Amino acid sequence: MSAATSFSVNGGTVRVTAPPLKRLADVLREDLGLTGTKIGCNAGDCGACTVLLDGRQVCACMVPLGQAAGRAVTTVEGLAEGGRLSALQAAFQRHGAAQCGICTPGMLLAASDLLARDAAPDEPAVMDALGGVLCRCTGYRKIVEAVLDVAAPQADSEPAAGSAVGARLAKLDGMAMLTGATRFGADAIPADALWLRVVRSPHAAARFAVGDLAPLYDANPGLVRVLSAADLPCNGFGVYPDLKDQPVLADGVVRFRGEAVLALVGEKTALEAIADEAVPVAYEPIAAVVGLDAAMAEGAPLVQADKPGNLLIDGGLRKGDAEAALGSCAARAEGVFETAFVEHAYIEPEAGWARRLGKRLELHVSTQSPYMDRDETANILGLAPEQVRVLPSACGGGFGGKLDLSVQPLIALAAWLLERPVACVYQRPESMASSTKRHPARIRARFGCDAGGILQAVTMNADFDTGAYASWGPTVAVRVPVHATGPYHVPHVSARGRAFFSNAPPAGAFRGFGVPQSAIAHEALMDDLAAQLGLDRLAIRLRNALRPGQATASGQVLQASVGLAPCLEALAPPWSAALADAAAFNKTGGAWRRGVGIGCMWYGIGNTGLPNPSTMALALGRDGALTFYNGAVDIGQGSSTVLSQICADALGLPLGHFQLVVGDTDLTADAGKTSASRQTFVSGKAAQLAGEDLRGQILRLANAGPDAEIALDGTALRVTDGAARHVIELDSLPAAADGTVLRGEGSFDPPTTPLDDNGQGNPYATYGFAAQLAVADVDLALGVTKVRKIVAAHDVGRAINPIQVEGQIHGGIAQGLGLALMEEYIPGQTENLHDYLIPTVGDVPEIEVIVVEDAEPLGPFGAKGVGEPGLIPTAPAILGAIRHATGVRIARVPALPHRLRAAILAQAGPEDDTP
Amino acid sequence: MAGYLRPNSVSEALEALRARRWTVLAGGTDFYPERVGKPLDDDVLDITALDALRGIEARSDHWRIPALTTWSDLLAADLPPLFDGLKRAAKELGGVQIQNVATLSGNLCNASPAADGVPCLLSLGASVELSAVDRVVSLPVARFVLGNRATALGPDQLLTAIVVPKPKARRAYGHFLKLGARRYMVISIAMVAAVAEVADDGTIRAARVAVGACSAMAKRLPDLEAALKDRRFAPGLGEAAVAAHLGSLAPIDDVRGSATYRTDAALTLVRRALDELGARP
Ligand SMILES: Cc1cc2nc3c(=O)[nH]c(=O)nc-3n(C[C@@H](O)[C@@H](O)[C@H](O)COP(=O)(O)OP(=O)(O)OC[C@H]3O[C@@H](n4cnc5c(N)ncnc54)[C@H](O)[C@@H]3O)c2cc1C
Ligand code: FES
Ligand code: FES
Repeated sequence: MSAATSFSVNGGTVRVTAPPLKRLADVLREDLGLTGTKIGCNAGDCGACTVLLDGRQVCACMVPLGQAAGRAVTTVEGLAEGGRLSALQAAFQRHGAAQCGICTPGMLLAASDLLARDAAPDEPAVMDALGGVLCRCTGYRKIVEAVLDVAAPQADSEPAAGSAVGARLAKLDGMAMLTGATRFGADAIPADALWLRVVRSPHAAARFAVGDLAPLYDANPGLVRVLSAADLPCNGFGVYPDLKDQPVLADGVVRFRGEAVLALVGEKTALEAIADEAVPVAYEPIAAVVGLDAAMAEGAPLVQADKPGNLLIDGGLRKGDAEAALGSCAARAEGVFETAFVEHAYIEPEAGWARRLGKRLELHVSTQSPYMDRDETANILGLAPEQVRVLPSACGGGFGGKLDLSVQPLIALAAWLLERPVACVYQRPESMASSTKRHPARIRARFGCDAGGILQAVTMNADFDTGAYASWGPTVAVRVPVHATGPYHVPHVSARGRAFFSNAPPAGAFRGFGVPQSAIAHEALMDDLAAQLGLDRLAIRLRNALRPGQATASGQVLQASVGLAPCLEALAPPWSAALADAAAFNKTGGAWRRGVGIGCMWYGIGNTGLPNPSTMALALGRDGALTFYNGAVDIGQGSSTVLSQICADALGLPLGHFQLVVGDTDLTADAGKTSASRQTFVSGKAAQLAGEDLRGQILRLANAGPDAEIALDGTALRVTDGAARHVIELDSLPAAADGTVLRGEGSFDPPTTPLDDNGQGNPYATYGFAAQLAVADVDLALGVTKVRKIVAAHDVGRAINPIQVEGQIHGGIAQGLGLALMEEYIPGQTENLHDYLIPTVGDVPEIEVIVVEDAEPLGPFGAKGVGEPGLIPTAPAILGAIRHATGVRIARVPALPHRLRAAILAQAGPEDDTP
Repeated sequence: MAGYLRPNSVSEALEALRARRWTVLAGGTDFYPERVGKPLDDDVLDITALDALRGIEARSDHWRIPALTTWSDLLAADLPPLFDGLKRAAKELGGVQIQNVATLSGNLCNASPAADGVPCLLSLGASVELSAVDRVVSLPVARFVLGNRATALGPDQLLTAIVVPKPKARRAYGHFLKLGARRYMVISIAMVAAVAEVADDGTIRAARVAVGACSAMAKRLPDLEAALKDRRFAPGLGEAAVAAHLGSLAPIDDVRGSATYRTDAALTLVRRALDELGARP
């Protein structure tokens, strides 16, 4: 039933004919083209759809069109005043409050509702107002800062040539995020597109048969095609060339709840009207293998028939003789630590559309890996890679979860077969059920040191539940042994990483590739050793911190940029202050106890012992346009801005001249995946080389020396070399077909060596280091933990853009807090953002970031990565604080209130105040 | 095809309900989340244009909270300290964008075991006004909510108002404590609402304490209420509560918490709620 409804939007009256129950969010996006309003859950849980209704914030996904009648709606598109950003938008831009930008419209509207009532709110009021909007990227702190700072004057800061690196620059792509102009995966779907809906298994393990589809077609004239496994030329994908074990559509057997079984293609409204029960799939459930114990059990059913023992990979590392060395240690600690499946919970569900253009296929998707998407999709469809063009949309959060294929092969197949554009946007529950997860781990580790607290030996046995398909399981199992010791020097190491299949969603890549899990183990054991020897927890870490000239567990001798010691030294004053404060607080008694914890980490930047090149290009056109061809997709972490800063300074022109082409597989070279914290280091270096290459060409043309200054003035390139001045008229130079007259290129592949059979080698060219302290209060009677403060000291080599660096650290901390305290994905039970909890604005504490710049000689201007390091030390630091407060060593995360309370009850009583 | 009706008058709405079956829709915050990825094919009676069902009123012996009262309306309303618990529940329910549209009546009609409104209303001794074309009946909340997602609402009835009796004593205070695993937007693991009516001599004339999320529906604790009666209204009130008072609760294990934990936490929450209540000036 459709009806005409009139209401006002951003000041103008509209009249919409649509069903009155249609969600206002859908009406705004589909009927009015206002795609600035985002949809993250359709259930009130994420707040991405927040708009103002008669001036008050509401979730547009829960307002029926009928209720909008006669009322005034304000969307993000209505915030800018006369083409200029509002003061609030400008404050967001200034503070770097938008990372991926998908939550930004909702945040802006929630904040404007508050500011209309209270022009100078305090922090608690801001938090209350934003409490219903989730952000997975920023850790909220910069958003809160921006709202509190709304009244500050706008500063226009365009850095001069050569001074972009190190500047606190606002994101180049930030403006569009603030006005709602940024197009995410679901935002630019052509009106004539068919839609695709995936039918998914409700069972963790089952055989199935598809029944007669004729009645379904008959009952739904808008249903155009039902795709099944038989339609796929090659029905397997996976991130490893030799491990294409995941079917695009299951073929008679499903191996996890949420696995794709069929794809319905048709008119959007027709697909929406089809009830799940109407699709004839007959399942015959079989015994599911759930959890590591079941997967590893003798004679366990096989999840994949050709994988004996359900084993995906068994990787290891040996240096020295750990057993013997442990035997002679003065102090030894051991423990078993368990983690859960963790969901990426990017606020933008998987989305995209595809179209066929003759013999080519175009994919417009939200992704972290355009080239891999291209090659995988081509492989599945039986096309040559060059026949597929991937044009990434803006990516509303990835964190590793958008490295694997989701909608890509399905929309590609449908568009190819039907020769119509085909779109697919996942609903939140299917996104959660079908996407990859962080690997649940069970880590058994032993640490031993001498009487002075100097580490002698480490053993670690890390078993991972990799779910039904391989995904990035091998990466995790190989990376973790290398990092088993933590960022410490240990002469004797034995470490093993295994991954087992189970009937659960595939565990894949998630910020840190297993290292956050192992950090929980090594940091708890460091605390144990400190306690046994009566040493300060920071002091023992400093004594053991890896230093230049020392060898890692894989035998790699670190040469430079080994900044853990300076991080710990920077942390020492706040550490002492926090311990003193906690002791004073605990003297006052009461239900709450305060604790302080510390976590350290290191993280190898880039792929583990594998090539991982990136190529960047910078072109000057005859029209004077300066275009940066950057294949690294920016998933919110800021690479578009940071790489441009690097490239601009390498070239010697101001950033203002830069035009960006990002991640289009036809126009940009392969920059590799946006993962493993590698883009600043690897692509940044390539960008630097590209800038230098172009600069070299210009200087040669002008016959100028290396210190000459370059200026671009229309089509005139002016080169000043001391007293000598040259003008290069770009429009007089010979041009390529696309108008390019000068083109610089740079490629970088970090020098690494593969690991040998004993896990020895130089798997990474550089490592990030960090130490964080956490202050947390624990309600002993209820087991509730409230993190009060985090101080984070990170060695980033060089902060190309301090705002982005802080933003990455803040966001990582928020995810680390979630890992420690609340996040646990259980198939069928926590499949939405109502039951699966991620931190809200009120859960992320005050964060103080200390940037340590121990330059990496290989990196661009000394920089290395920071994307993942932010998260890794947080959970250990929080767990350390809980332990300091309660005496309980948490062996299983998340430390949900009921688990922590049980642990508190199980142990004798709180330990005393020894630091 | 789904029908949709958004009448302007209560009588029109009640006529519609008599004529056929409708799904009543108010703030939609329970309605829409239940239909993610599912067809919106209900016949919906949208009651949000019934302006007669807005505006809290204080009457001689009761307050009338009409059905369209949102949680934000409650927060903004000028109400005595008796309602402090309900207001606190309002402030902690969902986020502001939920509070702005979600109604207290919808929370009650949805009858989730974790509905924060239910223990509050039990502690207030509230009743519901159920209207049909041919009758208006009043039912205490404890007899309206029958279990997990079950109420006494008839197909032809609309909940038109919640009625809270005025206490006999001049002083009456309410309090509410919610336990969740994060700060905002969280369904309660357990929650407690408590009201004390204080006589002029400073003793408790009547107390009502209810615990939610620990049974199929929120439950009052009559033994505890009896133990509180005639006690001095003063700090330390929590010591009156003992585990046996919570014997009628039947919590379950779920992803939010274990049954054992809920039992244990409920007692802590009850004691704290009473301590904080008794500490009121
Ligand atoms: C993100 C989010 C967070 C939430 N957090 C909390 C929380 O912390 N605590 C909590 O308790 N709840 C929470 N809720 C649920 C809460 O919003 C609802 O219970 C709300 O109060 C219901 O009111 P509504 O007006 O939106 O109801 P609707 O969704 O419109 O209706 C709910 C049900 O009641 C019926 N109904 C509504 N009004 C009437 C009436 N007058 N007569 C007869 N039947 C009626 C409807 O038919 C429907 O079955 C949350 C919801 C969301 C989406
Ligand atoms: S889309 Fe509306 S709250 Fe998530
Ligand atoms: S910036 Fe908030 S979700 Fe990405």
